[in-house]
Amino acid sequence: MLLSEANPAAGLFVLVPWIVFAPVIGLLINAFAGKRLGERGVGWVASLASGAAFLVSALQFYALTLHPEGAQVKIAEWIRIGQLSLDWTFRVDSLSVTMMLVVSGVGTLIHIYAIGYMHEDVRFKHDPARFPRFFVFLNLFIAAMMILVSADNYLMLFVGWEGVGLCSFLLIGFWYDLDTLGRSSWANSNAAKKAFITNRVGDFGFLIAGFLIFWYMGSFAFSEVFAAAPEVAKTHPWVITAITVFMLVGVAGKSAQIPLYVWLPDAMAGPTPVSALIHAATMVTAGVYLVTRSFPLFGLTHDGQYIVATVGAVTALFAATIAVGQYDIKKVLAYSTISQLGFMVAAVGMGAYVAGMFHLVTHAFFKALLFLSAGSVILGLERGHHHGHHAPSSPVLPPQGAGNSLSHGEIDRVKEEVFDPGDIRNMGGLRARMPVTFWVYLIGALALAGIFPLAGFWSKDEILLDAFLHYPHVYWLLTLAAFLTAFYMGRQVWMVFFGKARHEAAEHAQESPSVITIPLIILAALSAFGGFINLPFKGFHQFGYWLEHTLGAIEFPPFNFMVAGVSTVLALGAIALSWFLYQRKPLEHGQTDPLAKPLGLVFVGMEQKWFIDEAYQFLFVQPYRALASWLAQKVDWDFWHEWFHDSVLVKGFVTLARLLADPVDLGFIDRVSYWLSDAIRASAETLRKLQNGFVRSYALSVVLGVAAILGYLLLK
Amino acid sequence: MVPVSYYLVLSAILFSLGALGVLIRRNSLVIFMSIELMLNAANLAFVAFTRVHETFSGQIFVFFVMAVAAAEVAVGLALIVAIYRSRQSVDIDQLSSLKG
Repeated sequence: MLLSEANPAAGLFVLVPWIVFAPVIGLLINAFAGKRLGERGVGWVASLASGAAFLVSALQFYALTLHPEGAQVKIAEWIRIGQLSLDWTFRVDSLSVTMMLVVSGVGTLIHIYAIGYMHEDVRFKHDPARFPRFFVFLNLFIAAMMILVSADNYLMLFVGWEGVGLCSFLLIGFWYDLDTLGRSSWANSNAAKKAFITNRVGDFGFLIAGFLIFWYMGSFAFSEVFAAAPEVAKTHPWVITAITVFMLVGVAGKSAQIPLYVWLPDAMAGPTPVSALIHAATMVTAGVYLVTRSFPLFGLTHDGQYIVATVGAVTALFAATIAVGQYDIKKVLAYSTISQLGFMVAAVGMGAYVAGMFHLVTHAFFKALLFLSAGSVILGLERGHHHGHHAPSSPVLPPQGAGNSLSHGEIDRVKEEVFDPGDIRNMGGLRARMPVTFWVYLIGALALAGIFPLAGFWSKDEILLDAFLHYPHVYWLLTLAAFLTAFYMGRQVWMVFFGKARHEAAEHAQESPSVITIPLIILAALSAFGGFINLPFKGFHQFGYWLEHTLGAIEFPPFNFMVAGVSTVLALGAIALSWFLYQRKPLEHGQTDPLAKPLGLVFVGMEQKWFIDEAYQFLFVQPYRALASWLAQKVDWDFWHEWFHDSVLVKGFVTLARLLADPVDLGFIDRVSYWLSDAIRASAETLRKLQNGFVRSYALSVVLGVAAILGYLLLK
Repeated sequence: MVPVSYYLVLSAILFSLGALGVLIRRNSLVIFMSIELMLNAANLAFVAFTRVHETFSGQIFVFFVMAVAAAEVAVGLALIVAIYRSRQSVDIDQLSSLKG
């Protein structure tokens, strides 16, 4: 470690492993003592662990302002095989610290929010014993994500990458025995498996990229790989392109890009804090981080950059069109997340790393805000629903120690009518009943729509500006996506908070407690003012200057009023259009979407997600299942069991045994032993006559024997 | 002085008489006595050689032989008495129950 003893600030770098240790300690406490701590204790332990990680990250930030060159903190040797030498090293530089701050900062707010959210969620789902498990998983996620962002080599990054994938799986399937409506089903469990398996496809690409990197550059460590890259680019230009394209496969899996985005909408089966933290703010941005971290590789291949930028832009537009046709409040946000991730991937693909990371940070704020507010809305509707069914108030506590079957029976009794608290067609008019949630949601929605001067405006505009200058086709795709973004957010806000209640649950909706609203207010403030860290005016690119320490010199294009003006006008126009469609004449209960008629089949496509799931089902899942059952029936059963085992093995063994039994055993071994025994018996028959019982004849033979021996000795 | 060969010849004659007695006679007491005769023929040869070589080892050997013969007589006569008690006979040819 290179630390100047003179400056105490540099000594702060050695604290960096605690960004992982703190959440690990938290999760161990909750895993082993969670039952005894009670809900409040579990929630605070987990939040403090995450908060400690945030504090350490903030200290790293402070140390980095004094020592912009950063540090590599090695805590253990990891792999020593031949030429390969890998350490467990934490990398502190402006890029990793940015990610640390976002992950632990947003993560801590979501932990606090989750104390309130899960308190009610476990009761609505009649299994309060599951409360500590949620926080164990959440802390595990923070630890894995911290490993991912602070890794100093691709393999350690991959450990974190798989770790967050595991946490994603565990948390999507948190209510593994229910579906999203709380009925007994394997739907959530299937959603978790879908996410995990889709990510395996992406991880396969990442692994191939890793193998190529190691094969051609001889190392996994970032600094060595990047140092060797220009040489490889000269000798094997295609290698760099191949690495970036395979890396893109990994990015498409983790960051939900075409063609692997399909898992993210289903991932909304997880509790809402999970959707906010993992499937909107942090984990899904890992792909963007990976591309930014590998910027020296992407900088060497124009083809790779072009592919990445195009994939991102197409994803941004494609997902935005689907978001327009969704009715589930979280599904809209999920497709919005895919779309916004498309913006980020397009940005980093174009080489606009600062814009991409900037959008990553602001998106983490406002999308976490939107998801958490959506969670608050859902809880509000759940409360309203239970209010309608149970006279007194709020959540029903099942009897202590109620068995599983009992609580399921209770669900059946309580939910005579299946009520979906996430369906925006059941909402309406919530502005009056949930004012805090309304205001923070509005701020988040406007930030996402890119309305001046909220955070989303600045970051999205920077991406559009870069696209406008370098990649015109990306610019047009993204501008169209931005228009749709503003439209679907407008649609959602009108349908959820304005008009009148379309369901009795919405009529009786109740505002959430302050443990939920306070994190929302903090996130709303960040969403409103987060854009000011990187204003596009000369001398104000604070975030850009900050990342320059890691990314090298960056050119900052001047603010372009045309680009900003076009996107603002489009956003305002989209909001106006959504007002025209959804608020001029508010929707009635049971009315179809006003867009359905004018758009016709296009709207059906949007509503049905362009039948991508069905297409994948048809193209991959069914052939795979058919192949699997064919292999099981033909190869495993018919070939191995029926033919190979029964015919080849058993019959072969029987034949061999018969062969051995008749000629070898009976013919040879038996005959030899019988001949031996016969011979011995025959000789014994002869010899027994010698023993005639007369002592004197024995004596005579002794005498004769002695005489013979003596005679032989004498006459020799 | 009588040459040693005389003694040896006498010893050989005595030994042969003993051996013949063992082979020919059927009364076990007589066979016993014939065995004693062979032992004493050997003793005679020992003593004769002691004289020739002027050492005492032959005579010492004779003492051992006499001790062994005495022990043998004790055991053998006891056996013969036991056999006689069970069979009322000491005829060696009637003791053939170990015939193969």
